[in-house]
Amino acid sequence: MNILAPLGRTLIAFLATVGRLAAFTARALSHAVRPPFYFGALGRQMLDIGYYSLPVVGLTALFTGMVLALQSNSGFARFDAASAIPTVVVLSITRELGPVMAGLMVAGRIGAAIAAELGTMRVTEQIDALVTLSTNPYKYLIAPRLWAGLLMLPLLVFVADIIGVFGGFLVSVYTLHFNAADYISQTWKYLEFRDVTSGLWKAAVFGFIIALMGCYHGFTSRGGAQGVGEAATNAVVSASILILVTNYLLTGIFFAAP
Amino acid sequence: MLPPESPAPALAKIALTGLRKAFGPKIVLDGVDLAVNPGESLVIIGGSGTGKSVLLKCLLGLLAPDGGTIAVDGEETTHLSGRKRTDHLAKFGMLFQGAALFDSLPVWHNVAFRLLGREGLSRREARAKALATLASVGLGPEVADLAPAELSGGMQKRVGLARAIAARPDILLFDEPTTGLDPIMADVINELIVKSVRELGSTALSITHDMASAHKIADRMAMLHEGRIIWSGPKREIDHSGNPFVDQFIHGRAEGPIHMQVRGG
Ligand SMILES: Nc1ncnc2c1ncn2[C@@H]1O[C@H](COP(=O)(O)OP(=O)(O)OP(=O)(O)O)[C@@H](O)[C@H]1O
Ligand SMILES: [Mg+2]
Repeated sequence: MNILAPLGRTLIAFLATVGRLAAFTARALSHAVRPPFYFGALGRQMLDIGYYSLPVVGLTALFTGMVLALQSNSGFARFDAASAIPTVVVLSITRELGPVMAGLMVAGRIGAAIAAELGTMRVTEQIDALVTLSTNPYKYLIAPRLWAGLLMLPLLVFVADIIGVFGGFLVSVYTLHFNAADYISQTWKYLEFRDVTSGLWKAAVFGFIIALMGCYHGFTSRGGAQGVGEAATNAVVSASILILVTNYLLTGIFFAAP
Repeated sequence: MLPPESPAPALAKIALTGLRKAFGPKIVLDGVDLAVNPGESLVIIGGSGTGKSVLLKCLLGLLAPDGGTIAVDGEETTHLSGRKRTDHLAKFGMLFQGAALFDSLPVWHNVAFRLLGREGLSRREARAKALATLASVGLGPEVADLAPAELSGGMQKRVGLARAIAARPDILLFDEPTTGLDPIMADVINELIVKSVRELGSTALSITHDMASAHKIADRMAMLHEGRIIWSGPKREIDHSGNPFVDQFIHGRAEGPIHMQVRGG
């Protein structure tokens, strides 16, 4: 019997967290779609999440594309299918690796930063001060971050797609000696519109998840510097796991056999 | 001669009755009854950890009380939400114990925060008002564009004070306004609080451990001990309150009915 007790306790704690998170999300969303909107704060967050993440995301995409070409070549050469490399690269990048890699990198960069910033504001009573100055923290702090995540991740992933495909191109042309024009025409040949758009939809969802996890863990943090550190860790871990899980679910929705 | 006790709650600016607040098993406020009259400056004294800051946070609705009522201008406020709560909060200016400045904004923007937000002033007007308010707490224009992290603790406290009074609210709440200040600056701040109450007609509720400051700014004093107001009255009566707890506190004696929780030795 005693073996079941900790199990039950864990389950209850888990369900309680899910409930709190759901309530937080509903509240944040309801404030995010109603005025007043703080466009200055939104602009700052978009810059932070979008523009300043470009180097990290670009580099990740470049090397992912490069290694994809290299790996596909070593595998496909075994059964004379090297001509499929451009298609494999572009489909893998646009459908999966672009959004997932960018999502994970941004989760590390932005999720932690949001949680640490809001967590510090919580423990130093800045959020309380905001309330007493007649400003709703959900509108002033959380809504701009959610919108910025939702809007900027698709843009980032679009850029990452291009850079990733370019990485594959570089390796194929300069290391594997493909003909550049052939490589490009092969890339376009089997690419469908929805390969790209599905990846961008995923990116929007991931951006929302990253901002939401950062806000939730930061906003509810307590217990001084240690609590803020925990909030940052939890934000990154939970955002990363949720990204991987929702990626699987979304792939199922977009590409389920008709 | 002032009446020794507060008048009927309906006339009071702030009336707390039977306010209770506990954190888990720890009871912090255990039935606080307190009334503050319009235009009056009330100082709450009490030992460290007795719940003075918690009392102010309950009053603002930052903490939900477990029981009791909080009436401001005769209106019950514990159940307000949404726009009504925002309007209610606009009556208050609060100085937090740790200043709680927004560290992503420069000093002047901190002070002008409500002017730019709720009051809808232009940036130029708000900045001018912020600079004037900063001057009244003894800070020159050279600090206006600094980040709060670049200020000393005492300077941060004064910026917090400036932020609390900038929009000239009806009710001023000060959590230890003079802690961390040198004696001269402390006196400047005391004067400023007295002036705000006299000239703006604001009602002030302050917390302090500093008896000199309390004597300077208070019309009335109240002492919080073990979750209740154990004494309140006009400030000149505090020296002969006849209450041993109050006597021990105002004279700062280690010996007496109040036992500090100190281990070892
Ligand atoms: N958010 C909270 N969660 C749990 N306990 C709390 C919380 N806030 C305050 N307390 C507890 O309530 C008690 C009163 O705290 P409070 O900050 O009001 O003290 P205080 O009278 O302002 O003391 P000081 O003069 O040192 O500032 C303390 O024992 C503290 O541990
Ligand atoms: Mg306190």
